[in-house]
Amino acid sequence: MTDILIHALLVILMPPLLLGVIGKTKAAFAGRVGPSYFQHYYDLAKLIRKGTVISDTTTWIFTAGPVITLAATLVAALLLPLGNHAAPIAFAGDMVLFAYLFALGRFFTTLAALDTGSSFEGMGAAREATFACLAEPALFFALITLSRMSGTLSLSPMMTNLSVSLWFSSGAALLLLIGGLFIVLLAENCRIPFDDPTTHLELTMVHEVMVLDHSGPAFAYILYGAAMKLFVMGAFFINIALPLKSGNAMLDWGIFILLMLGLAVAIGVVESIMARLRLVRIPQMLVAACILSGFSMLLILR
Amino acid sequence: MNTTEIIDPAHIIMTGAIFAGLSGVPGLFPRLGATVAQKLATIIACLGSLLGLGGAIVVAVSGMTEHLVLDWSLPFGPCDIWIDPLAAFFLIPIFLVSGACAVYANGYWPAGKHPGTSRVLGFFLGLLASSMVLLITAGNSVFFLISWEVMAVSAYFAITAENEDHEVRKAGFVYLVCTHVGTLALFVMFIVLRLMTGSFAIPHAGTLSPLAPGAAVIFFTAIFGFGMKAGIMPLHIWLPAAHANGPSHVSAMMSGVMLKMGIYGIIRIVSLFSPIPLWWGVVILGAGIVSGLAGVISAIGQHDLKRLLAYSSIENIGIITIGLGTALIGMAVGHPPLVIMGMGGCLLHMLNHSLFKSLLFLGSGAVIHATGTRELSRMGGLARHMPRTALLFFIGCVAICGLPPLNGFVSEYLLYFGFFNGINGSSIPVFSTMVLAIFSLALIGSLALACFVRLCGIAFLGQNRSSETGALHDAPLTMVAPMALLALCCLGVGLLPLSAVHLVEIPVLAVFPPAMTAGKNISSIAPLAWLEACGLLLTLVIVAFIGLYLRRLKANPPVPASTWGCGYLQPTARIQYSATSFAEMLVHFFRGVLQPRYAMPRISGFLPNTARFSSRIPETVLEGLLLPFMRLTGLVFSFLRRLQHGEPNLYVLYIFVTLVMMLAWSY
Repeated sequence: MTDILIHALLVILMPPLLLGVIGKTKAAFAGRVGPSYFQHYYDLAKLIRKGTVISDTTTWIFTAGPVITLAATLVAALLLPLGNHAAPIAFAGDMVLFAYLFALGRFFTTLAALDTGSSFEGMGAAREATFACLAEPALFFALITLSRMSGTLSLSPMMTNLSVSLWFSSGAALLLLIGGLFIVLLAENCRIPFDDPTTHLELTMVHEVMVLDHSGPAFAYILYGAAMKLFVMGAFFINIALPLKSGNAMLDWGIFILLMLGLAVAIGVVESIMARLRLVRIPQMLVAACILSGFSMLLILR
Repeated sequence: MNTTEIIDPAHIIMTGAIFAGLSGVPGLFPRLGATVAQKLATIIACLGSLLGLGGAIVVAVSGMTEHLVLDWSLPFGPCDIWIDPLAAFFLIPIFLVSGACAVYANGYWPAGKHPGTSRVLGFFLGLLASSMVLLITAGNSVFFLISWEVMAVSAYFAITAENEDHEVRKAGFVYLVCTHVGTLALFVMFIVLRLMTGSFAIPHAGTLSPLAPGAAVIFFTAIFGFGMKAGIMPLHIWLPAAHANGPSHVSAMMSGVMLKMGIYGIIRIVSLFSPIPLWWGVVILGAGIVSGLAGVISAIGQHDLKRLLAYSSIENIGIITIGLGTALIGMAVGHPPLVIMGMGGCLLHMLNHSLFKSLLFLGSGAVIHATGTRELSRMGGLARHMPRTALLFFIGCVAICGLPPLNGFVSEYLLYFGFFNGINGSSIPVFSTMVLAIFSLALIGSLALACFVRLCGIAFLGQNRSSETGALHDAPLTMVAPMALLALCCLGVGLLPLSAVHLVEIPVLAVFPPAMTAGKNISSIAPLAWLEACGLLLTLVIVAFIGLYLRRLKANPPVPASTWGCGYLQPTARIQYSATSFAEMLVHFFRGVLQPRYAMPRISGFLPNTARFSSRIPETVLEGLLLPFMRLTGLVFSFLRRLQHGEPNLYVLYIFVTLVMMLAWSY
């Protein structure tokens, strides 16, 4: 029961902190002090109290987009085990629901973008839908590998089955797997080198350009949903990359939180030392991610 | 079957079929006004649908097999009618969709506007529905072929209702040729079957050996003949044009129901054999993967609303076929979860597709009714002018993308569940086919999402791209009500997967001998209660968030403004992202398959003239391969045309001579 409570609290409270840590890391690289760790909480609190501007061309889809995306991400977060603890909702086949909940969010985000009739947002929607076609198979290859490794059909046992000793026995497969997943993690969460979350008006944008017309509480929903998606996909990555276990439930939660903060620092480092890729390179990177996770699947087939 | 019962499901189903078949007959009397005839047809068809639906559900859920014998004086043995749970399950979409289409016709094809064609359509749609019921229940191969032919021909007349249009006639002709080539294969198949069994009766499940001579011929002719009807790539060539050019409710009937007759045929024929060879399953799975991927890739590039939906039907037929292939592989290697989940996913997706695809075709009819065009690039902003249609259309799109919590997700979940079961602890061949299946289904799912976001976004959202927006109107109640019924069914199956799967369980077991499935069924393997709970949770969270958001909006009312043009002050509707630009990256990515054609003028000089750009995705198999081949064949065999001179009396002579020769040969 405490575990479920902690799970829920982490899912609800922690996501904006990750963005704060990424921001601090980037500031440190740039030699600045940077905004506070809690800046994104302040931003959300401010946005939720602000007024809304709604375009005349839009319909209810424009409002439904952020709301349904956040709801889908929240439910997906309840399906994923965090650290060494099983998820509150775990059943055979839940990984399919996990993957398709993100697809549901994508469906409504892209439709809300098209609802404004702006060509910029149309562009972002087209790119989002296109790139997802390449990221999705990579995710499913990873799920195949994990399912075959653990012999189960549910995310919780798949993740808790992983351990440091498994890294020693089939490290090559897992290394390829996390290579592919890290690319998917960065691409799906609009991070450099795929997308730049700090600019809003470049023609090379994917995610940010889709939400140009959202404002006020709706924009708060979007930012919060994006942070939660980063949290969920980051936790998925951390569970595989560093399956550290202590045996003590509370200590495990502490390790998990530290690892998540470490991941945020790592993302910040990547964002600081890399330039954004040209748009035409993004599909190639995603295909590479697909191939990496495909290879890892072949390696466990012995 | 207990004949002492007064109300017998088989009789109810047959009465329903007769009602459906007779529904168009009042329209044949010219003395009766066309409007009255259409109203009568609607009432009779609805009555037939209700009866048939009740009977079919009772048989599918109870698991009993009904048997009737018709007396006929033809020399092909007794004409049996068998209604087993599998047949009953396929009857559900026939009755449901044909009833919905009959109501829809009143708004979409009102007799007041189309006095002549409304009679024709009413008659042939009724005949189409009842012939499909008969072929599903036929236990005699000759009776099956007769019903098959009546179905094929009545669909032809329904497609070509607007036969003054050249495109329509062309589409109808391609359909007619294809369906007859398919029927020819079925003739071969039933002849070989007759040689194997010695009678025209269709044998019971699992009674034939796949090693017997002729079994492979039966298998391939079945895939060819039935696959032609189902639209499995590359046998789909008739499908896009026929669906695009027919009236929308005819397209709904064809895509929602008639394609499934091909699937039914393949399932029925394959189920006759036991044990199933592994390569059968692999061939069917491969055919499914090819159709699924090629179908959705082609759909993405389409500019014609109904052509896009038609290609998406090919994709969904692919998914259904993947399920069937998985079940057969499971049979061959003795893996019960694979059999149950593959077949369950196949059958449930069949039902789901007939719900959401009919819904989408009926919705496209409403759009065409309002805008007068099928071109996506001329639409836009329809959601504000036709909110009811838009809402129902969006439900159909979420469902067809397989997104939770709607019905498409439930069937794809069953399929994935089967695939992942096949991944664990199985041999390398099964593992690799299942990996291929997961990869394809994941790719199909995300491509379908891109395709339907494009469809909804370009047609319904943004601003209207053509100037005449004043005439846009929402569909009348007679069109909205059938769509709402289908949308409700989508929601019902999606939110209550346990009850929906109950409908599939017995038909799945009926296909294969029970030893194969080891006393298990879908709900004992897959945790559907959890799925139901998650669907409910998702719905509750969405409702809660909407409530919170609306409260914020109430506290701080929104300010209307125009879409931010990024500093550009004079935006027009033509600046919007178009159907072509949305698909550009994906079309470019798959240009090897799609072979897109661009008409691009060369722009030169300092003051270039006005130039036009256009792009088109051709039907590669038909235009690139078959038509050139046909032209060549036509030249080579032109001498045969002397036999075909248009004199009916001589044609009768041909028939007579053939009969005499056959009589002489049989002695």
